[in-house]
Amino acid sequence: MAELPNMKMNKNEMPTQDPKVRAHNFEEVALGYDEAVAIDEAKRCLNCVNMPCVSGCPVKVRIPEFIAKIKEGDFEGAYQVISETSSLPAVCGRVCPQETQCESKCVRGIKGEPVGIGRLERFVADFHNAHDGKKEKVPKSNGHKVAVVGSGPSGLTCAGDLARKGYKVTVFEALHKAGGVLVYGIPEFRLPKSIVQKEIDKLESMGVKIETNIVIGKTLTIDELFESGFEAVFVGSGAGLPRFMGIKGEGLNGVYSANEFLTRANLMKSYKTDATTPVMKGGKVAVVGGGNVAMDAARTALRLGAEKVYIVYRRSMEELPARKEEVEHAIEEGVEFKLLNNPVEVLGYNNPNDKRDPKNGFVRAIRCIKMELGEPDEQGRRRPVEVQGSEFELEVDSVIMSIGTSPNPLIKATTRGLDTNKWGGIIVEENTGKTSKEGVYAGGDAVTGAATVISAMGAGKVAADAIDKYLTSK
Amino acid sequence: MFEILEKRFLNDTVCEMQINAPLVAKKAEPGQFIILRTDEDGERIPLTIAGFDRKKGTVKIIFQVVGSTTEILKHKNVGDCLQDFVGPLGNATETEGVKNVCVVGGGVGCAIAMPVAEKFAKDKANVTSVIGFRNKDLVILEDEFKKASKELVVMTDDGSYGRQGNVCVPLEEMLASGKKFDKIFAIGPLIMMKFVVETAKKYNVPCMVSMNPIMIDGTGMCGGCRLSVDGQMKFACVDGPDFDGYKVDFDEMMSRNRMYADFERHKYEETCNLYKKEVK
Ligand SMILES: Cc1cc2nc3c(=O)[nH]c(=O)nc-3n(C[C@H](O)[C@H](O)[C@H](O)COP(=O)(O)OP(=O)(O)OC[C@H]3O[C@@H](n4cnc5c(N)ncnc54)[C@H](O)[C@@H]3O)c2cc1C
Ligand code: FES
Repeated sequence: MAELPNMKMNKNEMPTQDPKVRAHNFEEVALGYDEAVAIDEAKRCLNCVNMPCVSGCPVKVRIPEFIAKIKEGDFEGAYQVISETSSLPAVCGRVCPQETQCESKCVRGIKGEPVGIGRLERFVADFHNAHDGKKEKVPKSNGHKVAVVGSGPSGLTCAGDLARKGYKVTVFEALHKAGGVLVYGIPEFRLPKSIVQKEIDKLESMGVKIETNIVIGKTLTIDELFESGFEAVFVGSGAGLPRFMGIKGEGLNGVYSANEFLTRANLMKSYKTDATTPVMKGGKVAVVGGGNVAMDAARTALRLGAEKVYIVYRRSMEELPARKEEVEHAIEEGVEFKLLNNPVEVLGYNNPNDKRDPKNGFVRAIRCIKMELGEPDEQGRRRPVEVQGSEFELEVDSVIMSIGTSPNPLIKATTRGLDTNKWGGIIVEENTGKTSKEGVYAGGDAVTGAATVISAMGAGKVAADAIDKYLTSK
Repeated sequence: MFEILEKRFLNDTVCEMQINAPLVAKKAEPGQFIILRTDEDGERIPLTIAGFDRKKGTVKIIFQVVGSTTEILKHKNVGDCLQDFVGPLGNATETEGVKNVCVVGGGVGCAIAMPVAEKFAKDKANVTSVIGFRNKDLVILEDEFKKASKELVVMTDDGSYGRQGNVCVPLEEMLASGKKFDKIFAIGPLIMMKFVVETAKKYNVPCMVSMNPIMIDGTGMCGGCRLSVDGQMKFACVDGPDFDGYKVDFDEMMSRNRMYADFERHKYEETCNLYKKEVK
C-alpha cells in the first residue's frame, strides 16, 4: 500500500538567514531544506499520471520521478534523474522562476501552494555535491573538435553535453573568469560562486578546455576557429550591452548600469574591504527597473551599506517581472518599492561658487513622474501612462539602471554569413539552434535577449544534440 | 600567463614593457588597447597598445605610474607574468585617405600617438608631430617621433627643453600661417585634447581624439566607459576609442574620470607604503 500523500496546504518553509542580519552580509540568504524536511515536502507530490509540472519545465526534468526518489530517501538516485536532462541543478534550484514554470502547473497549487519543486531540486543537487567524491569520467574521445563562445549557462551546458559524447571542446571566454552572468551578475548571496566553480571544475575534469581572456570577434574570429580545426561552433555570448533610458543626467557620476554595478561587486569583489576595484557604497540608491537584475542590484547596494534603497518601477507590484521570492526577500530586507513611477531626469550637484567642489558632477537626486496603468498592450500588460503634473524629486546619491540590454554587435560584425534579426539577436532554427552559417549554432540570451538560466541551458542542450547529428552525418 | 620579456623606464614614472601575448600581437593595430590584471584579485585596467611584433608575438605597453595598479605593475620584472592580458580591444585608428596629418601628443599620451604617427607615415601621409611635456625630464619617444614625422616640434611647459608653451601654440601658428592638414589627431590629457579641438575648430580642420575612460570589461557589457558624443551616448570600448573631437563632451568626461579619485588616492598610498615596507 502506498503511503498517503502529505496534504498540508503550504510548502515547507525555506529556512533563511534573518533579514536584519543578512542585509549586511554576502552569505547565501536561503539555507536549504534538510533531509527530513525534503522528504516531508516530497510527500506533498501526488505523482500525477499526466505530469503537468514537466510541461512547465523548459528542459523537461522528470519531476515526479525525482521527487519519488526523495520520498524513498534515495537522494543520489533523485540526482541522477535530474541530471539526465539538466546539467546545472544546483544553479537552477536556486535561480529558476519556478512560480511561472513547473510550479505554476502543479495540481497542488490549485488549492494551496504547489510542491516546492525548486527547493527540492536544490536539496538534491546540494546533497550530491556534498557526498559525491567521484571524479567525472573522461569520456572516450571521438576526435572531433568543437568551439564554444561564452561560458554562461548556455555555453557550459553545450560544452558538457558534447564532452560527454566524446567531443574535444574548448570554451572561449572574454572575461578573466568563466561562468557568464552566474559569476559577474547574480550575487553571492543568491548563488554562491563556489557552486558555479564546482560545475566548471566538473567540465574541466571531463576534458573541456576553458580559455579565458579571448574575445571572439577581436582576438580570434569564428572563421579562424574553423581554420584552426574546429568543426562546429556554438555561440552563447549572452545578452550584450546595457540599455540606458536616454534621459538627461545619465553621464553623471553615481549613475551605473546594473551590469557595471554588479560586475564591480561580484566579479571584481568590491564588497571586500581590501578590494582593488572601487564601487560607490552607502548613501541613498535608486534602482530603476523591476526584474531579477534590479532586485539583485538593490539588495547588493543594501549589503554595501546603503542607508536607503528604492526600486523605481513604472508599473505596479503585479507586473514586476522578478522571481517572487526575490521580491519578498528584498521587501523583508528593507528595500522600498516606489511603484508606478518613472524617472525623467537625473539631477547632479553643480556648485556655482566653487568649481572645485568635489561633489560637482555627482548625482544629487532623480526626478520622477507618477504613472497610472492604462489600456493593455499586445501582450495583455497594462501600459503605464504618465500622470500630468505629478513630477517630484527623490534625493539619491546613486542610480542603477536596470532596464534591459541590447545585443552586442561584435560577433555579427566579424562573422560573414551570420544573420541577425532587426533587434540584433542571432537568428536560429528553433529545434536545433542552427544559424544561417554552416557549422555555427547559437543559443541563450544572444538569441532570445535577456531571458533565464534554464532557457539558456535548454538552448545549449538542443544545440549540442544538433551539433552531434551534424558532425556524425558529415 | 603573459610573461614580461623586456622592461625599461622612459623617465622616472613612465615605464615600457614587452609582453608575450602572441594572439593579441597577431591582430593588434595602432589605436587599439588591451585590458590587464597584474594579479589574481587585481583591478582590470585598460592600456593602449604602444607597439607589437607579430613575428615575435609581443605587445608593447607604456604606462605612467598614476595609481595602485600601475605602481604594482612597475614593480614587476622581466620573467614575471601578468595574470590577464586581453585584446586587442576597440577599433583601430582610421588612417586611410589622409595625405597631410598633424599628430599631437601630450605626456604619456605620446605612447598612443607614436604608433598612430608611424601608421600614418607607413600609409604615405605627410606627418607633422607636436609633442608636449611638463619638463625636460618627462620627454619620451622623441627619436621615434622624429623617424615617423616630416616635422617634429617638442614643447615643454617650463621651457626646459624644446620650445616653451603648450602644444596649441605651434599648432595655431602652423594653421594661421596657412599650413594645410586634412586631419589633426590629438592624444593626451583630456584638457589638452579639449584645447586642441578648439584650435582646430577655428581653422575648420577635422580633429580626432582618443578617449581613455574608466573601463571594466572592454567588450560593451558594463557601460562604465560611456561618454557623450554629439549628445548621444557611446561606449568607448566598442564605439571608440577614437571619436570626432568636435562632438565629444570633454567636461562630462573629465568629471567621470574623477569618479573614484578618493578611493584611488587611498589605494595608491596603501600600495606605495607596502612597497616601502618591503624595501626596508
Ligand atoms: C543580475 C542578473 C540576475 C539574473 N537572475 C536570474 C534568475 O534569478 N533566474 C534566471 O533564470 N535568470 C536570471 N538572469 C538571467 C540569466 O542569468 C541569463 O538569462 C543567462 O545567464 C543567459 O545565459 P547565456 O549563456 O546566454 O549568457 P551569459 O550568462 O550572459 O554568458 C555569456 C558569456 O559570454 C561571454 N562573451 C560575450 N561575448 C563574447 C565574445 N565575443 N567572445 C568570448 N566570450 C564572450 C561573456 O563574457 C559571458 O561570460 C539574471 C541575469 C542577471 C544579469
Ligand atoms: S568597458 Fe564595459 S562597456 Fe566599455
